[in-house]
Amino acid sequence: MAKMHIEMTVNGRSVDGLAEPRMLLIHFLRERLGLTGAHIGCETSHCGACTVDLNGQSVKSCTVFVAQANGAEVSTIEGMAPAGELHAIQEGFTQEHGLQCGFCTPGMIMRTYRLLQENPDPTEEEIRVGLSGNICRCTGYQNIVKAVRYAAEKMNAAKEAAE
Amino acid sequence: MIPANFEYHRPSSVDEAISLLTRYGDEGRLLAGGHSLIPLMKTRLAAPSHLIDIQAIDDLKQVGEAGGELTLGALVTQAELIASETVADTCPILREAALLIADPQVRYCGTVGGNVANGDPGNDMPALMMCLGARYALQGPDGEREVAARDYYEAAYFTAINEDEVLTEVRIPVPAAGHGYAYSKMKRKVGDYATAATAVVLTLKGGKCASASIALTNVGQTPLFAEAAGQALVGSAVDGKAIAAAVAAAEQIADPVSDMRGPPDFRRHVAGVMTQRAIETALSRAKGG
Repeated sequence: MAKMHIEMTVNGRSVDGLAEPRMLLIHFLRERLGLTGAHIGCETSHCGACTVDLNGQSVKSCTVFVAQANGAEVSTIEGMAPAGELHAIQEGFTQEHGLQCGFCTPGMIMRTYRLLQENPDPTEEEIRVGLSGNICRCTGYQNIVKAVRYAAEKMNAAKEAAE
Repeated sequence: MIPANFEYHRPSSVDEAISLLTRYGDEGRLLAGGHSLIPLMKTRLAAPSHLIDIQAIDDLKQVGEAGGELTLGALVTQAELIASETVADTCPILREAALLIADPQVRYCGTVGGNVANGDPGNDMPALMMCLGARYALQGPDGEREVAARDYYEAAYFTAINEDEVLTEVRIPVPAAGHGYAYSKMKRKVGDYATAATAVVLTLKGGKCASASIALTNVGQTPLFAEAAGQALVGSAVDGKAIAAAVAAAEQIADPVSDMRGPPDFRRHVAGVMTQRAIETALSRAKGG
């Protein structure tokens, strides 16, 4: 069957390429665009390691066909520090020891990004519910919750300072 | 996990989707949020050669309420359902159940229409729609027909929809003001299907149960409308005796298979426990608690 011409905006940059419509978004990002930050964990939409932002929503990119994302805006972990300076969320994960092996971290950070867009000052419970689609097998989550709080506080302080 | 290849279509109207379904017959499948169909395609339990992605049909994305009826477009996502004030005000059991479906990422994608249409007995919305007395609008080449949720499910993955039809809207009679409701679900972990779950909507009048509707998730080939369980409550003060009768009636129709969630006896027992909890919660809400 024919390949499709795929166009999308990834981390603010227009990209295009030919792909079979059955190709999964995660494979397109990793294999065609070389964006290997989003990870393939379970490939069954459970673990959340492949989480990216698609049209303003967190999605598991192992359960989206590239054809569905044709024309979409996508953000991945590679877009979080465009000027080489860590995003507040990335800083939170480093400062609060929110990772050990790091495999789940790109998904955790992208999910945290969307969570904080929707709820800039989440409680511990809201963070735990908000990140319930992302599995971490190292940390026990305590420090991930702290990392998200760190990021929320820093982002809110920056917003207040700007106002 | 690479699915079989397919040709991709993205119609912009329901009519266009219907004509694609008509053209491709059993080789065509509708794709909404994709979180039921894509896993089936990855394991090749489904291998449609034409995938008809309805994401661009904006007509199917509305939530409305008029004349005592709540309408949910088929493409309303679980996340939108959770965020909708109209839904929270008129029919809060929908929000309660949607919050128990999968996880945030999946709820951004998963749609009401997809959840009710495909006939997966693990899905939560079908039993809920049976409980609420909802009707599904099915649009095909010859126009629209309505099928009651209670008549829609025939067996696992077999439903009353025809190959050339699109489920466009779910129509729910708004429950009476002050009704009690609950969706109680036992699941092993976030993202799991129910070991068993029960939806209850009831109303009280003068301290007695004036109406009660109960349905069960994932304890049979289809969602189950537990009519006798509801009847066991009507006219009673919803006391321990009436609740025990309703629980027994629910357990009697539960016919779960053995799976990794447990053997049939256990899952039937859980269906009873969920029914009891849902009735008690619904009762306390109806009393204003």
